[in-house]
Amino acid sequence: MQTSARKKIKGTTASLNRFGPGAQALFHVLLGLFALLCIIPFVFVIIISFTSEESIRQIGYSFHPLSWSTQAYTYTFQLGDQLWRSYANSFLITIIGTVLSVLMCFLYAYPLFRKDYGYRNFFNFLSFFTMIFGGGLVPTFVICKSVLGLSDNYAALIVPMLFSPFNIIIMRTFFQTSVPTELIEAATIDGSGEYGTLFRIVFPIVTPGIATVALLVALGYWNEWFLSLLYINKNMNIIPLQYLLMRMQRNADFLAKNSGMIGADASRAATQLPSQTLKMALVVFIVVPIACAYPFFQRYVVSGLTIGSVKG
Amino acid sequence: MSIGEKSRHGSMQGARRKKNLVLTTMVLPGAIWLLLIRYLPMFGIVLAFKNYKAQRPNTFWNNIIKSEWVGLKNFQFLKSPDTAIMIRNTLGYNILWIALGLVIAVAFAVMMSELSNRFLAKTYQTLMFFPYFLSWVVASYFVLAFLDPTSGMIPALQKRAGIPVTNFYHDTTWWPLILTICNLWKNIGYSSVLYLAAITGIDTTQYEAAAVDGATKWQQIWHVTLPNIRTMIVILLIMNVGKIFNADFGLFYNVPQNSGSLLPVTQVVDTYVYRAYANTHNMGMSSAAGFLQSAVGLVCIVGANAIVRKVDPESSLF
Repeated sequence: MQTSARKKIKGTTASLNRFGPGAQALFHVLLGLFALLCIIPFVFVIIISFTSEESIRQIGYSFHPLSWSTQAYTYTFQLGDQLWRSYANSFLITIIGTVLSVLMCFLYAYPLFRKDYGYRNFFNFLSFFTMIFGGGLVPTFVICKSVLGLSDNYAALIVPMLFSPFNIIIMRTFFQTSVPTELIEAATIDGSGEYGTLFRIVFPIVTPGIATVALLVALGYWNEWFLSLLYINKNMNIIPLQYLLMRMQRNADFLAKNSGMIGADASRAATQLPSQTLKMALVVFIVVPIACAYPFFQRYVVSGLTIGSVKG
Repeated sequence: MSIGEKSRHGSMQGARRKKNLVLTTMVLPGAIWLLLIRYLPMFGIVLAFKNYKAQRPNTFWNNIIKSEWVGLKNFQFLKSPDTAIMIRNTLGYNILWIALGLVIAVAFAVMMSELSNRFLAKTYQTLMFFPYFLSWVVASYFVLAFLDPTSGMIPALQKRAGIPVTNFYHDTTWWPLILTICNLWKNIGYSSVLYLAAITGIDTTQYEAAAVDGATKWQQIWHVTLPNIRTMIVILLIMNVGKIFNADFGLFYNVPQNSGSLLPVTQVVDTYVYRAYANTHNMGMSSAAGFLQSAVGLVCIVGANAIVRKVDPESSLF
């Protein structure tokens, strides 16, 4: 008697703690549709990049092209110069920027985590205040350009993004949650210097935090085009792929003009250019590294952004 | 105090001073960056109140100091009808997107947390988060694939069906919708992942207790899930309200391909400031607009935070 009553209660709680099959199906439809919507444009761009020019002339961009072609990709090799240099620039800027930025973040966040550091509050505020107030686009641009010399050089594409208060908060939270104060005290008593403690003892503990910040920073640099728009006027040899792509939309033969060919060669290349599929192929070039690394870094980024948004 | 104690006290003080010094060297690179790239430009705000002209000798600081003060003359752009449109667009899109984003993201997060099939739930999350990692330059090509006037999918379909072709990059009709879709497409995954993380952290015994009390699943969502993620919702709301005068430059500049005929529905504060400087090199006016944006942003975020602190002290940011 008693057991059957308990069974009944258990049965109802179990069913009350799950939505019925109808509601579940509805959730699957809604979430599934939106999830598809999120990657379909990328799939579409891949399809377009493999579509023949002839098919595009006849029926436009389509999920079912009349005929396929790898012409866009073979052209990237013929027209290499500017394109591959930009691709290399994207990697170079991302790697250098990420290394420097993570180092700065690691070094800045650590003393802010140390409760016994005398100027903790001051430097905390110094960083935090810039999250809620700034000089604005034009004064920042003018000072970076005329006073600090960030113009038409790699520094202009790296320095303005080196530091982020948001990342400091993420890093500091990782310190707070994973490094016990006693460990640092013990290291100090054992005669370890501050830098020794930081790099030999604290560093191995907070590698997940470093990975998180590094990924966020790397994504930021990889996707960066605004700094090029602001600071690069003449020196097109140093622009990253994102900005090249942006320029190409405004003037279609940009790539041919900047490919190192001259005169008749350049103009012939410009007229033969499969310009539409070529641009889509470049989009694929930009997205593929992200898409490949994405499954591995997603976990880190989720944890980082969750921390940053809650504490920020 | 004996002499021995005194000297020990002194050496402890020395050790503390040394420790502070060493730790300060760690902070230094970041601090220098902040001073140069963030604090120095704050002095540039005086540009908003000056008529910036080249002086002799023609160095930046000298030009600033010697240029004449013009009071609020640089703020006269506020009277132009373009400004009203730009402010309407910025606030309108932001308010709409904050509301839509909140409702949809919370709904998606609740749905994902309730799916029995964990593998599919994880897959949805992964796919939905993906657009967040792409730049607006890339996204603008995605949009172009559908809307390009010569070969985009929609105009091409219209052509084949014999319907008049919509020239999307000259026709303002659809842009409020297109921009809204783009914004949700890129950001919903991110915010629903944040809410999902908060929901996963809820103690399951609360649901069991509610179920024993006879609460249906819908009632549990309303009385257990939502109150538990309230702090998260409030925090994200404050941050968004604080940024109500900021717009995503890339979305409004790249996705409409910088098209002039779309400006009535795509011009927002950030693009306005950039175009004012890039097209006319009007340093005074663009600095003034940027300064107003920063000042209003500061007031909004401090105000929003103060309100939250009164209503629910635990949720406030600072």
